[in-house]
Amino acid sequence: MKKMKVRQIENGTVIDHIAAGKALYIAQLLHLVESSLFVIGSNLQSSKFGKKDIIKIENYNLSDAEKHSIALISPTASFIQIQDFEVVSKERAHIPDVIEYLIVCPNHKCITNIEVMSSRFVINKNNMSVRCAYCEKKYTVDEVKFKRLI
Amino acid sequence: MNNLISMRDLSKAEILQIVEVAEKIESGKLKVNIPDKVAALLFFEPSTRTLFSFDTAVKRLGGKTLIMTGTGNTSVKKGETFADTLQTISQYSDIIIMRSPTEGAARYASEVVEIPVINAGDGANQHPTQALLDLYSIKKTQGTLENLKIGVVGDLKFGRTVHSLCQALGEFNPKFYFASPSHLKMPGYILDDLDDRKIDWHEDRNMETFIDELDILYVTRIQKERFADVEDYNKVKGSYVLKKDMLDDVKPNFKVLHPLPRVDEIHTDVDDTQYAYYFPQARNGVFTRQAIISILLGEV
Ligand SMILES: [Zn+2]
Repeated sequence: MKKMKVRQIENGTVIDHIAAGKALYIAQLLHLVESSLFVIGSNLQSSKFGKKDIIKIENYNLSDAEKHSIALISPTASFIQIQDFEVVSKERAHIPDVIEYLIVCPNHKCITNIEVMSSRFVINKNNMSVRCAYCEKKYTVDEVKFKRLI
Repeated sequence: MNNLISMRDLSKAEILQIVEVAEKIESGKLKVNIPDKVAALLFFEPSTRTLFSFDTAVKRLGGKTLIMTGTGNTSVKKGETFADTLQTISQYSDIIIMRSPTEGAARYASEVVEIPVINAGDGANQHPTQALLDLYSIKKTQGTLENLKIGVVGDLKFGRTVHSLCQALGEFNPKFYFASPSHLKMPGYILDDLDDRKIDWHEDRNMETFIDELDILYVTRIQKERFADVEDYNKVKGSYVLKKDMLDDVKPNFKVLHPLPRVDEIHTDVDDTQYAYYFPQARNGVFTRQAIISILLGEV
C-alpha cells in the first residue's frame, strides 16, 4: 500500500491516529459536514498502528468536550494544532475519569432521558466501558451514542 | 454519609455502622428521638409495604411523615419540573424518602435538594434499604456477615434485590450458590463483577444439590409474566418451590429469607419450621430504616 498524502492546511487542527474507520463518525459528531472545510483520510498506513484515519479541519480549534468524545471513540487519537502551515502543538487524546453531558444513556428508563439534565458517565479505562452515574447501567463505548457537539 | 442512593456508594465500614446502629435501636441501647423532624415520603410508584415500613420507622423515632403517592413519571403535574417539585418539598421536610419507576431518580434528587435523600427503589436499578435489611437479617441470624454460604433461588435475572444483595455481601467473602430457570439466570455483568472481586459462585439448575451446605437461602418470586408461554412457566415453577421435606439435612443455623410478597415459591409448611425467617426479616426492615434515617439526620 502506498503512502498517501493528505492536503496540508494553513491554520486549524489535525486529528491524527484515529482508529481506522472511525473518522466519518467523528466528522459527523463534530458537524463537520455542515460547517467547516475539512479533509478525511481513511485507511492510511501508520507506522505505529498499521492503519489509521486522519481528519484535517481548516480554521477550527477543538474544545475539551470534543477532544474527550474523540478520545472515547478512538483512544489512540492525537490532536495537532497548525498555524501558518507549522505545527504549534501536539497532544495525545486523554480519556477523562468522568464525562459529563456528552454521552446519551441508552436506557430509556433512565432519568437523564426524562428530565432536562446533563448525563454523567464514569469511564473504566481498563475495558473501555462506561457506567451511567444515574441508572448505573454499564455499556461499552460502541453501545452508547454521543450528543452531537455544537 | 449524606444520602443513601446505591449500595455501590457504601463502604464496608458504612454497612457495618448501619447494621450496628440497627442492632442498638432494636435492643433499646440506643434511643433516637426526633419529634421535630419531618420525613417526606414520595412514592411515584406504589409499594405499600415499603411505604408502611418507612412510615413506621419514622414514627418509631418520634418523627412525622408527609406522604405523596402517585404513578407515572417524575415530572409530577402542571408541567412543573421534577427538580422544582423536589426543591419545594425539601422546604417542608428534613429528609426525602423516594420511590420511582425512573432509574437514577433518587440520585438526581440528591443532587437537587440540600436535605438527605433515601432511595426506596428506582425502577430496576437499586433498592439499598432492602439490601441492608437483608444484611441485618443475615447478621442477626448468623452472628456475622463474613465467610457465609448464601443460596439464591428464583428469578435471578430481573430480581433487583438479589443483585443488590450480591453487591452488598461482596465485601464479606461469601460463597454464592445460584439456582434459576435457564432464561432467568444471574446476568453476566453481575457474575463478571463477582469474578472481578474474586468471589466464589456456583450455578445449578436446582437448589437440592446445595441446600445442605448453606447458611442462608434467599428465595425470590418467579413471575408468570417473565415467561412467553404459560406452559413453560408451569413446567419450571415447581422446581423452584421450597418445601419442608427439603430441609431434613440442612445446617442448624440455616435460615430462609424472602423479600416478600411470597406467592407459592415457599410452601406454607416451611413457615412453622425454625428455618423460616421471612416475617422477622420484614420486621428487621423497620429497625434498619430507623438506623439509616438516624444516621442521615446526624442523630447518631
Ligand atoms: Zn442512565
